[in-house]
Amino acid sequence: MVDVNEKIAIEHGLKSDEYKKICDLLKRTPNITELGIFSAMWNEHCSYKSSRRHLKKLHTKGEQVIQGPGENAGIVDIEDDDAIVFKIESHNHPSFIEPYQGAATGVGGIMRDVFTMGARPIANLNSIHFGSPDHEKTRNLLRGVVKGIGGYGNCIGVPTIAGQTCFDESYNGNILVNAMTLGLVNKNKIFYSKAAGINKPVIYVGSKTGRDGIHGASMASAIFDDKIEEKKPTVQVGDPFTEKLLLEACLELMAGKSIISIQDMGAAGLTSSSIEMASKGDLGIEIDLTKVPCREENMTPYEIMLSESQERMLIVLEEGKENEAKKIFDKWNLDFAVIGKTTNSKNIELFFKNKKVAEIPIDFLAENAPMYDRKWIKAKLPKENKFSKDRFKSLKLSDCLMKVLIDPNIADKEWIWDQYDHTVMGDTIQKPGGNAGVVRVHGTNKAVAASVDSSATYCYAHPLTGGKQVVCESWRNMISVGAKPIAITNCLNFGNPEKEKNMGEFVECVEGIAEASKYLNYPVVSGNVSFYNETKDKGIKPTPSIGGIGLLSNYNKMMTMEFKDEGNYLFVIGKTEGHLDQSIFARNILTEFNGPPPEVNLFNEKQNGNSILNLKNKNLIETCHDVSLGGILTAISKMGIKSGKGIKLFPLEGLVNKFEYFFGEDQGRYIIEIKPENLENVENMLKKESIHFDKLGLVEGDKITYENDLKLSIDDIKEGYKKWLKEYMVN
Amino acid sequence: MKSSVIIFPGSNCDRDMDVALKKFGFENQMVWHNDAEIPKSDLIVLPGGFSYGDYLRCGSIAGKSRIIKSVIDFANSGGLVLGICNGFQILTETGLLPGILQQNKYLNFICKNVFVKIKNKENKYFKKIKKEVLELHIAHNEGNYFCSKNELKSIEDNGQIAVTYCDHKGNDDDKNNPNGALKNIAGIFNKDKNILGMMPHPERMIDPFLSGEDGSLFFENLIESL
Repeated sequence: MVDVNEKIAIEHGLKSDEYKKICDLLKRTPNITELGIFSAMWNEHCSYKSSRRHLKKLHTKGEQVIQGPGENAGIVDIEDDDAIVFKIESHNHPSFIEPYQGAATGVGGIMRDVFTMGARPIANLNSIHFGSPDHEKTRNLLRGVVKGIGGYGNCIGVPTIAGQTCFDESYNGNILVNAMTLGLVNKNKIFYSKAAGINKPVIYVGSKTGRDGIHGASMASAIFDDKIEEKKPTVQVGDPFTEKLLLEACLELMAGKSIISIQDMGAAGLTSSSIEMASKGDLGIEIDLTKVPCREENMTPYEIMLSESQERMLIVLEEGKENEAKKIFDKWNLDFAVIGKTTNSKNIELFFKNKKVAEIPIDFLAENAPMYDRKWIKAKLPKENKFSKDRFKSLKLSDCLMKVLIDPNIADKEWIWDQYDHTVMGDTIQKPGGNAGVVRVHGTNKAVAASVDSSATYCYAHPLTGGKQVVCESWRNMISVGAKPIAITNCLNFGNPEKEKNMGEFVECVEGIAEASKYLNYPVVSGNVSFYNETKDKGIKPTPSIGGIGLLSNYNKMMTMEFKDEGNYLFVIGKTEGHLDQSIFARNILTEFNGPPPEVNLFNEKQNGNSILNLKNKNLIETCHDVSLGGILTAISKMGIKSGKGIKLFPLEGLVNKFEYFFGEDQGRYIIEIKPENLENVENMLKKESIHFDKLGLVEGDKITYENDLKLSIDDIKEGYKKWLKEYMVN
Repeated sequence: MKSSVIIFPGSNCDRDMDVALKKFGFENQMVWHNDAEIPKSDLIVLPGGFSYGDYLRCGSIAGKSRIIKSVIDFANSGGLVLGICNGFQILTETGLLPGILQQNKYLNFICKNVFVKIKNKENKYFKKIKKEVLELHIAHNEGNYFCSKNELKSIEDNGQIAVTYCDHKGNDDDKNNPNGALKNIAGIFNKDKNILGMMPHPERMIDPFLSGEDGSLFFENLIESL
């Protein structure tokens, strides 16, 4: 056995003072297994040591919240006895090293987090960020990640209903793969990870333990260097077939009354799952590692404890229920082993071949884990650009629109979502490519909407505003399909927290998220933090991904973004100031990268959103789409493309710069379609509620037209919009 | 009418099929792959999914599972057996249907709506469907149908091609072939037309809120014809 010293501790990712603290707490030097356990529990990924202090600021409460952050996933009430279990999680580091397996196991991991609480997964989503399309690695990474996500989700038979794909050179050396799952559970049949009672059998089920993924969580807590390819063995390998069996077996067992608590073995495998269950129950736990089903020969206690082999669960059962449970796992051909019991020692005690190989008080690993108050700097709001008239002189609206529609961050992503099974389970009523994905709550009139959003450009320009903005965008996506926004989950992807600027980005994004979600009563119920997205000193732009869900009490009231009928009116809800700084237009057409992001006005955001829902409830609007990246012209083009119908835009009134008006990215706005007979009613209602609106144009013909400045056929813009990614991927 | 849906480990369209069959009036029962016998049925369905993880080759392990002997006996005695997607792959693996399903031509999983042309209505599966072209949905990675020249001749001579990929007007040419399937074949029968295997999923197209409704026509005809 290796003798532990400071050098070995540092190789495990611990700092010297952390190692000293471990020796002080134990009043001795840890052995190698114990050191491995400490390093797994104290790394950033598991301990949230840099983020915990700030995560407390998040708004996490609300009438609808059944379970907030701190469990495997968050849970919200969706009326009757139904609840939605959901969470988003990052799998960034492994996906860069091995895109297929990294992304696949990201999907597998998040689904386990959801079904371990008793829920059947009903929808998957993802947010993926890649480097510049010109970067040599981007194409293969994108291909691998999409195949990995599809390979896992398609096999399990859970539809992937929405997602988001972004390109930016800041991800050249660190891609982001954030996976989200929604599950449906009866709110009286939820399972938690908190163990209770002593001498209860601890059961291991699922796949056998191998040497894959050892130290995965530590790898995810480190920055990358030139030797990153050498870390391939730390990437886990997924087996969606086994996960499907595990899902069915667990749900079958959960239908009975034998489970006290259940926890999936995710990051840091058997170590974190066993410690978490004991810690939450204020108990001790004893495990005989000889009994753990192993895939490889001569595995050591250290390897067994740190393996991140996938598709495994730990269960604390009621005494005497072992045989009943085993029958179910036998039926599904899964390993089942009683490997230990709960104790009142409050220690984790590990045995191997009849010898005690580790003993650590649980407190040391959980509550006494380090917590840092890292230094951070506040970002200044950048000065606004004043664009002179000359800069627009040579520009044509039609050229600009075509250029914006083929911007990699706008262009159609069909090539991606055609590879995801988005219709299995027979309840997908809004597919990828709309405002949000929508799935019915099986057998009811209800449906759940979900989307994932991020706005790294805005967050980078001003983290506080960016944090607020991304929550608002998520909220607007829910409103746009006619759903009442319920709650969010956040995946906080940042650079190195030991750098003051990066830490500042994190702190202020979190504060922005907190403020907006509180104001909108759109609480954060789950999430994760991914730091150290940095390669050779270059970090990513701050990228909080927000996964939002909303409820449609009656899915007959769902809205889509396709235009419905010729002659219908189009309104813009919300005020257009023409904010170009940080917009796609500024970056892509004016090549201007500075300036502040659009301002977020939470009061208007809430008013505008609620008024849309009111209008929909009175059946006064036919179609709705939120205005985001690329502004009004991009939004209506997408609506036209989806429906094959044209738009005639009305002349703008006053001295408005048409480029600012049509491409500005002001917040809190929607495009709605109104039948002529409802026009007066809608106008009156909006005026009564003091909602700003502009009459934008009419649904008409098969072209998009504005005065003499713009005349493009929908077919032509569709071709451009649809082909960019497909052509990029074949080249 | 009684139907049975076989559940293999890894099946994932079993529930969707159960919902569809019941919606159109079948009295459906679910049968576990490890059972020895199938309860009395007028129709047996092998649903989509990834039976046994589709390891080795799609459908190959399921083609050797315990329940399959009963399925083969049932089919050989003239009973109706329908295989959708993975179910189609299983039927080719058992030899009940000729040919094989290879990986899609462009090597990607494809999930989207497609049109299929009904090539033969002299059978219980399509008899009373008035339309010639149906809009259905595919979701597969291995749907590229292939068989030998001799097999193809025999399939064609016996009217065994059930449906082919086409456009909304029924042109079943190369341009409208999503996965590279030989002759755009999306589904085939056995000689007696009591066994049908097809890649498209009618069970995902059974109400206006889903991808479309042409799946309803399929099931309506099925219950009427039986």
